[in-house]
Amino acid sequence: MRYFGLAFPLFLLTLFAGTSHVLAGQWDVGGQASLQTRYFPASPSYSTQKNVTISGSVTLEPEIVYDFDNGNDRIVFSPFARFDGDDKKRTHADIRELHWLHLGQSWDLSVGISKVYWGVTESVHLVDIINQTDVVEDVTGEAKLGQAMINANIEQDWGTLSLFALPAFLPRNFTANNARLHGPLPIDHNNPSYESKQENRHVDGAARFSIMIADLDLALSYFQGTSREARFFMQNQAGQLVLVPRYDQIAQTGLELQLTTENTLWKVEGITRTGHGPRFYAGVAGFEHTFYGIASSNADMGILVEYLYDNRDPRFAPASIANHDVFAGFRLALNDTQDTTMLFGGSWDHKSDAGFINFEAERRMTDHLKMSLNGRFFVNTPPTDPLYPIRNDDLIELNLNWFF
Amino acid sequence: MTTPHSTWKYWLATALSLSAFIAAPSMLYAGSEEDRGLEIAIAADKADIGFGDYSVDLEMTLSNKHNQHTNRRMRNTTREQANDGDKTLIVFDNPRDVKGTAFLSHTHKLDSDDQWLFLPALKRVKRISSSNKSGPFMGSEFAYEDISSQEIEKYTYRYAGEESFDGRKHFKVEQFPTHPKSGYHRQMVWFDQAELRVWKIDFYDRKNTLLKTLNYSGYQMYLDQFWRADKMHMVNHQTGKSTILSFSNYKFGIGTTDMDFTPNRLKRAR
Repeated sequence: MRYFGLAFPLFLLTLFAGTSHVLAGQWDVGGQASLQTRYFPASPSYSTQKNVTISGSVTLEPEIVYDFDNGNDRIVFSPFARFDGDDKKRTHADIRELHWLHLGQSWDLSVGISKVYWGVTESVHLVDIINQTDVVEDVTGEAKLGQAMINANIEQDWGTLSLFALPAFLPRNFTANNARLHGPLPIDHNNPSYESKQENRHVDGAARFSIMIADLDLALSYFQGTSREARFFMQNQAGQLVLVPRYDQIAQTGLELQLTTENTLWKVEGITRTGHGPRFYAGVAGFEHTFYGIASSNADMGILVEYLYDNRDPRFAPASIANHDVFAGFRLALNDTQDTTMLFGGSWDHKSDAGFINFEAERRMTDHLKMSLNGRFFVNTPPTDPLYPIRNDDLIELNLNWFF
Repeated sequence: MTTPHSTWKYWLATALSLSAFIAAPSMLYAGSEEDRGLEIAIAADKADIGFGDYSVDLEMTLSNKHNQHTNRRMRNTTREQANDGDKTLIVFDNPRDVKGTAFLSHTHKLDSDDQWLFLPALKRVKRISSSNKSGPFMGSEFAYEDISSQEIEKYTYRYAGEESFDGRKHFKVEQFPTHPKSGYHRQMVWFDQAELRVWKIDFYDRKNTLLKTLNYSGYQMYLDQFWRADKMHMVNHQTGKSTILSFSNYKFGIGTTDMDFTPNRLKRAR
């Protein structure tokens, strides 16, 4: 487990808080377990990859919450583990949350491991930078690892100011060298390279200011510290070429905008970053328009369109797969008792013609059981594309999630 | 999820105007049917002014025409606003896959409501459009507009006579939604004459066909003043489906502030 060094003192804190307020507090234990089957329709591109067609894995993610002081204080513990039958690196464990939270009148403070989400757009999450992405969980980048932090939020009439000190960095996880969704060269998983001499102990800092002006939500953020994205350099290790992940020191300023009108949400995210070669800019802008009660039914259909731009220099910066892409998708919510929803989206690079198609459908089976079917497809990926190495690793996955 | 109510305090305050049509037969009332409908609605609304805040546990039982049942559980915290609609926070407990999902609504008398959704898996707060008035709330027979804060300004009114049932005398008031996105042409509301509590609402769809009937039961008084029903039973006549909304554990005067109803605090909702 990645955060156990930090976890132990926090666990003691949990015990301490638990015993001293045992009468006043309230425990809540829940979580989920899941079974996943992945199907890879095509053979892998490289002989270094195991020819896995159907792959199984299981997850466990309990959540233990202790509320005390009339709900003004809270301790949350949520570990996560996946056991994958075919990918040794996808078998991984992490502490998603282990923190103490105090709620003040117009402020709150949290100390420990948490997840924080920034952003408004759907196709990419440019601004979101606090947590490391759990790439082995999901190629779409929606899954995140826990991040150790001290976080204070101050909320006033003039807006909300959030301050973060981020003392421990987690390197990105990558699929095993012989697994699906992996390129021809092995990755040196255990020896990432850091620009900072403090390596993964560099204390990163971040701040975000958000304000709501009628139907407009605006947020400005700043992050200084270790890049969550890795770039790779090649190294000859005893005659074998390997890819070494490299984490540079960066400074990133982010902007988020959302205008909420009747049936349409207008969304913009933009970043500018230094530390990965010359300063670069990236942006995504678009809208989500929802038709409610389509065809006299209870179902809603949303249409999503976003344009993605990124002018980073791939010689100095981690690769971006969304530098001049158009994303379009639709979301269907049946609004039935099983909460059946479907999302279908595709992005297309209008310069290279590379495409990525994403499909997600889910439906509740019982009060405790949910089923979901996801598909990820790499279409027409040219050799210049960062996704080229995994072009034949299209996958369809079926998940059964048991919530307790 | 505020419902129109009445109290004895209200009677002291507005005894004059009301006694005119409670004591006297309706033919003696001087105003138009529209004025009279509005007056009853205002009186019922005023009776609930000053509740401050409350929290309540909700259980929703969804039934289809084959009599199969599904349960939803959630907790609601509502805070009254002096010159605007209420602020409401709903945290879901069941089904388990939506546990921890939270919904924040700042209702407004005339403008569209502001709404946010917190998705616990991603820790993401999404501001959402509130124009989906007629869509089903949690797959139930209650539409979003049925459970949103009821404000006088959201309807025009017409007095539609009296009717007695269950040992009570009622006023019938027809109300016509002012919002163009409403799923209803009109609603018929039965207020009891003694306390101006709502006991029954017939909902007519946009084609003016009877769509749903909502029955209230188990009224209890809180803080010696505010009536709340324990149960709301909605039947959809067109689909045969129904939803029972049961309320329990009402707590008034829980000491919330407006800071407990911000999008930032929604991330911390439990």
